Amino acid sequence: MSIPQDHIRNFSIIAHIDHGKSTLADRIIEQTGLLTAREMQEQVLDNMDLERERGITIKAQAVRTVYQAKNGEEYILNLIDTPGHVDFNYEVSRALAACDGALLVVDAAQGIEAQTLANVYLALDNDLEVIPVINKIDLPSADPDRVIDEIEDVIGLEAHDAPLISAKNGINIDQVLEAVVHKLPAPEGDPQKPLKCLIFDSFYDSYRGVVVFFRVMDGSVRKGSRVKLMSTGAVYDVVEVGTFGAGQLIPCDELSAGMVGYLTASIKNVKDTRVGDTITDALNPCSEALPGYKKVQSMVFCGMYPADGAKYPDLRDALERLQLNDASLTYEPETSVALGFGFRCGFLGLLHLEIIQERLEREYNLDLVTTAPSVVYKVHTLKGECIDLSNPTNLPDPAVIDYMEEPVVSAEIMVTTEFIGPIMKLCQERSGVYEGTEYIETTRALLKYTLPLNEIIYDFFDALKSRSRGYASLDYSLKGYERSDLVKLDILINREEVDALSFIVHASTAYERGRRMCERLKEEIPRHLFEIPIQAAIGSKIIARETVKAVRKDVLAKCYGGDITRKKKLLEKQKEGKKRMRQIGNVEVPQKAFMSVLKLDQDD
Amino acid sequence: MPKKPLSVYIHLPFCVQKCLYCDFASGPAGTDEIAAYMRLLTKEIRSFEAIASIYRVETVFFGGGTPSVVAPFYIVQLLNQLRSQYEFAEKAEITLEANPGTLNAEKLVKYREAGVNRLSLGLQSIHESELKLLGRIHSYEDFLESYELARQAGFANINVDLMSALPKQTMGKWKKTLETVAALNPEHISAYSLSIEEGTPFYERYGEGRIGRLDLPGEELDRAMYHYTKEYLGSQGYSRYEFSNYAKKGFESRHNMTYWTLGDYVGFGRAAHSYLEGKRFANPSEKEAYPEASRTAYQRFRAASPQSEKDAMEEYMFLGLRTARGISREDFRKRFGRSFPKQYEKELLELYRSDLVEQAGGRIWLTDAGIDVSNIILARFLLD
Repeated sequence: MSIPQDHIRNFSIIAHIDHGKSTLADRIIEQTGLLTAREMQEQVLDNMDLERERGITIKAQAVRTVYQAKNGEEYILNLIDTPGHVDFNYEVSRALAACDGALLVVDAAQGIEAQTLANVYLALDNDLEVIPVINKIDLPSADPDRVIDEIEDVIGLEAHDAPLISAKNGINIDQVLEAVVHKLPAPEGDPQKPLKCLIFDSFYDSYRGVVVFFRVMDGSVRKGSRVKLMSTGAVYDVVEVGTFGAGQLIPCDELSAGMVGYLTASIKNVKDTRVGDTITDALNPCSEALPGYKKVQSMVFCGMYPADGAKYPDLRDALERLQLNDASLTYEPETSVALGFGFRCGFLGLLHLEIIQERLEREYNLDLVTTAPSVVYKVHTLKGECIDLSNPTNLPDPAVIDYMEEPVVSAEIMVTTEFIGPIMKLCQERSGVYEGTEYIETTRALLKYTLPLNEIIYDFFDALKSRSRGYASLDYSLKGYERSDLVKLDILINREEVDALSFIVHASTAYERGRRMCERLKEEIPRHLFEIPIQAAIGSKIIARETVKAVRKDVLAKCYGGDITRKKKLLEKQKEGKKRMRQIGNVEVPQKAFMSVLKLDQDD
Repeated sequence: MPKKPLSVYIHLPFCVQKCLYCDFASGPAGTDEIAAYMRLLTKEIRSFEAIASIYRVETVFFGGGTPSVVAPFYIVQLLNQLRSQYEFAEKAEITLEANPGTLNAEKLVKYREAGVNRLSLGLQSIHESELKLLGRIHSYEDFLESYELARQAGFANINVDLMSALPKQTMGKWKKTLETVAALNPEHISAYSLSIEEGTPFYERYGEGRIGRLDLPGEELDRAMYHYTKEYLGSQGYSRYEFSNYAKKGFESRHNMTYWTLGDYVGFGRAAHSYLEGKRFANPSEKEAYPEASRTAYQRFRAASPQSEKDAMEEYMFLGLRTARGISREDFRKRFGRSFPKQYEKELLELYRSDLVEQAGGRIWLTDAGIDVSNIILARFLLD
């Protein structure tokens, strides 16, 4: 099938979370006939179990479909679905770099949200043409005219001829397709020039090795081409090239300038294929590499340890492979007295952390112990050194510390005016500094705050939602570091300090946090044959204490005649429970206790 | 070849009405239903003919339910059936469970004539309020009458079942029950702490998270009652030979000891469990399943595979440690041809240092403190 370059459209769908990106992608796939209605399942591109369960997109996904436009001509549409949550902005920007245009989906009832803005700016940064699409016009509360005005006023995009659609009910999807064909530009690039491709994703397949997803900028690549990865200089012979079907890879003869697809080349070393790298022809290389992606900065760190120490190599392999699929994940080995060998992993946010943890557990069948998340602090010593601290355990002796700094973010919270009060109160409670308010229209405002990152990584999002009845939306970006009065809180279980439970807090909240942490651990740690004190300490000073009382009675009085199976089951249950514990000194601590610090705010 | 000792359990799943805490396979039944059950039971016993030649019956136990609700001639028949198949030891212990309110002089005489020489009477409490709360059908007076009748009929080995840690029970009331019963001088007393089992009316009221749970004595009181029981009954000449069993010297239940020392036993009837030739097998507890199960019991026994050595070692430990005699390295070596696994030595040392086990004369047993938390301790003898 030969379709000229000017009949190719590479585009993404961007939107605030839940505004209907993935549903629109479904409809496009269905209406272009790539999948029949029978083959269709909801959110067909969200092929991870995790995505389906949570109803969110985590990974950007690509699909190629052919559209017969109303002018009778056939166009190739390469659609890349992207995540909407702030944690996954990085995925969005990667996907956008492979596109020439984007559909901006806005909910006709909710209008512009914080992530709508953030994603539009990402698209514009990547020089993409953006077409607004108003979705969910079937909702009783839909107000497309207001939303159109909003888009024009706030973003400055022409929106009066935006398609008004219902992706859910398949209304006016053809208008979207026509707009894609006629309003989005065809890809540029010269098929005659030396090969130049941008890697925007990859994953590891046990049979084929690394499968690389890329966009051809110039030149062409085919089976048998000898290609070079420019950052490492590694050279491979291409085994297969192809395009993206719905949930499957479809081999083809050649991919040329403007096209999006994949290649395999028996690449076993996952480190050779860095996302953002440039692929070129080994014999006829292009003169310079593409700029690639800026390196992402991990915002949140935590320790991840295999529940079974012998699984350490498995965890290492799993992280290596997952990183291939998710370049925003970082990790390096670390050791904990309590938990043994593991990794300090860096994430874009807490949702990202949770997703990675779940993917490791499901896709790699690992049982993990995760320590409390921490941001990166800057510790300035009296000697004038500055240490980046991502693991609270490594905090130097307070005597040598001059001062500490913590990361702060610029947060933009979009909220209807009735909730401005509660949201401002929330920001104040979280040590936020008010930076200003912008009114989007009379009933909605954009609140701007500087907030410590540490305050928002835990449950800020949930608190925001609950205090605005779900109406507030949040975007944030790292602003920098600010000096702060911080202390390290240590936890002692049965008088033994547990390094994996240490965390850093504001001095002003240390007492309260310590007390709650002890209370929480008291609930988590089962009673033993002896009494277990749980203490929180700053340095050598104990600031809180709880006690897990000793078991007084655990006995099966009755003997069921000759039926010993019940008795045995009971004992086995007891033993099984013990297996899921970590031994700290002579105390068995459940693995989930190490995440307890996360739940400190949920009692509010 | 000398014959091996065997204990026989016979389950009679009938009673006047279910007690509110009872989760045993049992319920009221009409005479036809009882007759039908007895036919199946007799056939089941007969189907094990082939093993009879290698065993000598040391104990028989009629349990339930309330075996004393069925007409006494059934007991006579069942014992005759057993005797026709098996050699009986000269001093075989033959126990029948009975409840006050279901006994009379005539029945008791018939039991004696059939060879029953041990009676186990379910009393639970001497207080009317507690009996009512438990859903018992009898009064303390009924019990006293039954007890006297049993003595008159010549029963010289009587057990009385008691229950502590009842809802709203005070230490004073428990002491009174113990003292009153000990004064009657039965040879054996079983004193259980009430446990709330799923599927019983008590579970609905006192189960995990239920409001009524607040009425149950706390752990401290429960243990205080338990410790007092040992102390008081000890002063009256009873020694505790298992977690919940107390006996005058020489009156320990040999039947129960079979369970705890991995002796061979065969169980007949609904929900009955067996341990023969190293094989554990059982009949289902559902009423509807018994007819079929009774016919296949022997084949199932033949087809069953012997338990693993690991299972046997675990059971040796967690059953043996229920008894006051405890376990011994020598027994273990005789039975398994090897010494304790390392895990056992390690756990025992730790338990010994924590005063949870005691040892002397080559035997090892749980201390009182060890019994209090025995589930935790015994679980440690499950092998990795």
